[in-house]
Amino acid sequence: MISSRMPFASVVVPAVLIAIAILVPILHLSTGTLPTYAVSLFGKYLCYAMLALALDLVWGYCGILSLGHAAFFSLGGYAMGMYLMRQIGSRGVYGDPILPDFMVFLNWKELPWYWWGMDHAWFAFPMIVLVPGALALVFGWLAFRSRVTGVYLSIISQAMTFALLLAFFRNDMGMGGNNGLTDFKEILGFDTGADATRSALFSVTAITLALAYLLCVFVTRSRAGLVIVAIRDAESRARFCGYRVEHYKLFVWTISAMLAGIAGALYVPQVGIINPSEFGTGNSIEAVIWVALGGRGTLWGAIVGAVGVNFVKSWLTNNFPEWWLFALGLMFVLVTLFLPKGIAGLLRLGGIDAFNRKSAAAEAGEARS
Amino acid sequence: MLRILLLAFLLCFGLSAETRADGFDDGLHLLGGKFDDVERGVVILAGSGDQRAGAVLAALQDNRLMVVAGDPPSFFIRQADDSLLDAATLQPAGDAAAGAKAVRVNNRIRRAAEAALGTLNLSSPNAAIRRQAADAVFKARDGEALPALEAALAKERDPDVKAVMETARAAIFLANGQGDEAQRLQAVETIGRRGDPDALAMLRNLANDTSASIREAAAASVSSIEMRQSMLARVQDAIYGISLGSVLLLAAIGLAITFGVMGVINMAHGEMVMLGAYTTYVVQTLFVTYLPDAANWSLIAAVPAAFVVGGLAGVILERTVIRFLYGRPLETLLATFGISLILQQAVRSIFGPTNREVTSPSWMSGSFDILDGLTLTSGRLVIIIFCLAVFLGLLAFIRYSRFGLEMRAVTQNRRMAASMGIRTGLVDALTFGLGSGIAGIAGVALSQIDNVSPNLGQGYIIDSFLVVVFGGVGNLWGTLTGAMAIGIANKLLEPFTGAVLGKIILLVLVILFIQKRPRGLFALKGRAIEA
Repeated sequence: MISSRMPFASVVVPAVLIAIAILVPILHLSTGTLPTYAVSLFGKYLCYAMLALALDLVWGYCGILSLGHAAFFSLGGYAMGMYLMRQIGSRGVYGDPILPDFMVFLNWKELPWYWWGMDHAWFAFPMIVLVPGALALVFGWLAFRSRVTGVYLSIISQAMTFALLLAFFRNDMGMGGNNGLTDFKEILGFDTGADATRSALFSVTAITLALAYLLCVFVTRSRAGLVIVAIRDAESRARFCGYRVEHYKLFVWTISAMLAGIAGALYVPQVGIINPSEFGTGNSIEAVIWVALGGRGTLWGAIVGAVGVNFVKSWLTNNFPEWWLFALGLMFVLVTLFLPKGIAGLLRLGGIDAFNRKSAAAEAGEARS
Repeated sequence: MLRILLLAFLLCFGLSAETRADGFDDGLHLLGGKFDDVERGVVILAGSGDQRAGAVLAALQDNRLMVVAGDPPSFFIRQADDSLLDAATLQPAGDAAAGAKAVRVNNRIRRAAEAALGTLNLSSPNAAIRRQAADAVFKARDGEALPALEAALAKERDPDVKAVMETARAAIFLANGQGDEAQRLQAVETIGRRGDPDALAMLRNLANDTSASIREAAAASVSSIEMRQSMLARVQDAIYGISLGSVLLLAAIGLAITFGVMGVINMAHGEMVMLGAYTTYVVQTLFVTYLPDAANWSLIAAVPAAFVVGGLAGVILERTVIRFLYGRPLETLLATFGISLILQQAVRSIFGPTNREVTSPSWMSGSFDILDGLTLTSGRLVIIIFCLAVFLGLLAFIRYSRFGLEMRAVTQNRRMAASMGIRTGLVDALTFGLGSGIAGIAGVALSQIDNVSPNLGQGYIIDSFLVVVFGGVGNLWGTLTGAMAIGIANKLLEPFTGAVLGKIILLVLVILFIQKRPRGLFALKGRAIEA
């Protein structure tokens, strides 16, 4: 149950998100103040925010530092990409009604079995959560059952992502190899390039993010959420109290992977391409710094961190491209050294979030994870 | 007696010289005709054994043979300086060569000329040239070369060259169906002993009139060669695997110290390797500029330099960042990842994003045969020996030196060690420096086999972590086992699955392995690890 004392943020964040879900399309479509590229850019930030939310759920609340969330994000993206590929139909360069261009190019004769059904939205869209969810379930079941924890888990999650990166680079994988999936034409019958579609995609992303946020609030405030926090702070003690630690971890891990998958799926139509470099190890770790900077263990902090860091990234890579990696690197060092609780922690110290001061005091004594 | 011999010798020589001269002229004249004639002429020239034939055939092969039509036509050899020699006399040609055109050749004729040159060289006084010629005959398997080969065999004294000639004769027997049954059976055996891909091809393409018993013998020989070759290929893969494993060992061993001994995840470890590689580049550039005579040995000077650069970077990193994060491995991971980004970008800003060229010294180039068909390049051997030497040196250092003792004490019980008067902070810094310094040394080795670019370290960091995790933390022997196991498995998988799929399979296997042994192969036993 959601606690009776609703935190300030869990009302404000969805409200803000729904407000921009309404405002941005108005500004874009009727007044034209917002250019199309800006709408797509903001949409991209919101997808990253959802990824950060997913990561915060496992890292901030359960103490599992995943260096593999880019894998779940990309798998969701590929599921959406496959659906969009099939929507191209005979409008591709080679005009094949069934096979995507890269398959014609590779001289494939028929669609591989894992592409079957991806032309139907009712089949493809569930895959966006089911595929990353299934991978997370199997990986998590193996890892948590044998009590792989801490940095070991981080390293093998990174190894999993690296293996997937290599696999998706192969042409034999049937996923477009190096070039990935791109050149999309329409989504659910709407032209992906049209301004209205872009605005709609943005609104859908913002609303989905709001829903994801509420889901995370619900999960973390539930009884299971309290056990999960207990596991983060003292895993052995939670186990000795009789909780099946593996089950709780697996539950939150799988939910998180599914959220990451949704984020990836919303990301692809707005960016217009998905390729294997999305699996890159750097992407996973960058997502970690969003959460760290925003403040792990606070859901709104993850969202603020993701949007803020990416805003800075866009600005720096446009104006001072060689300084971006210095800035990112410094961010990692300074945040871990001086801001272990991120911006959220800073604001709490300043007394802005007065509603949560009591719980902040309680959390201040939490064990270092 | 001596006189009679001398007379006989002179007679023989004179006689053969005469017939040769005829053969030479006949052959030469045919070169003016159609392609078929030219080919026949080449064979006759080869049989003539005349000194001039070699020059003519070589010229023919390179399109340098010119002809002036007539009856008989006259031939000229164009020299490198475009002057012309008369082919019959090898004297400067003068006006006679006016209007000479190149003799037209096709690939078949070129091949024939090559084989013919081979036959001619069979009677060279130089053993190395004879051997080369016999090899050429073996490759060409031209039946026409048989008489010349037989004659050369009869005269041959050098056992090595003789063996090659016998193989060549066996090849001619098998390919052209010459020789009697017993000779051919013998030939199958001779070729089978050779045991290389050429022999395999030859035994598979027997002449059409070959009898069933010889075919059987050949088939048996083929299967034994194939088996030997597939075994050799596996051994070769294993050697590549050891070579890859020793590089992984060198890259991972520093990590094993910082991660295993200190419990610190250093994501910037790969960048220490990269710094080592760039140090090698800088040292090499300095040598080329200031000590060009000793440039061949710059790699040796680079080893201590890379150790110092890597080690210093490590000590600075430990004192300024990691010290504040002990006991928080996940935060350490993030902070060092940030450092790795900064180092990469710094190197990219200083040296540029493109690859830097580090040349291999001459003493590392070349290769040698361990067995027939099994070669090892000197570079690989040097790297394998170097890696093992560093490994053993490090083991000895940790086992016998004062610092090693203190390091182990701090690892086992920090507070106790501090109570005994060990300055744990200093030991931490130096341990980190040691691990990073060895990473720098790994960079020297990697500069020889990989591109020196700002991304050099990233390619190895995941593998290195897997090695450490697979081998078990806190045990350098585990690191050795892990590195070799992963290196060899990688190379043995490659021929069956391809490089990328092999790597994926390996990653999945290691992930599954960690489920079974979450603390690695050589886990430390005891309660301390469960903390």
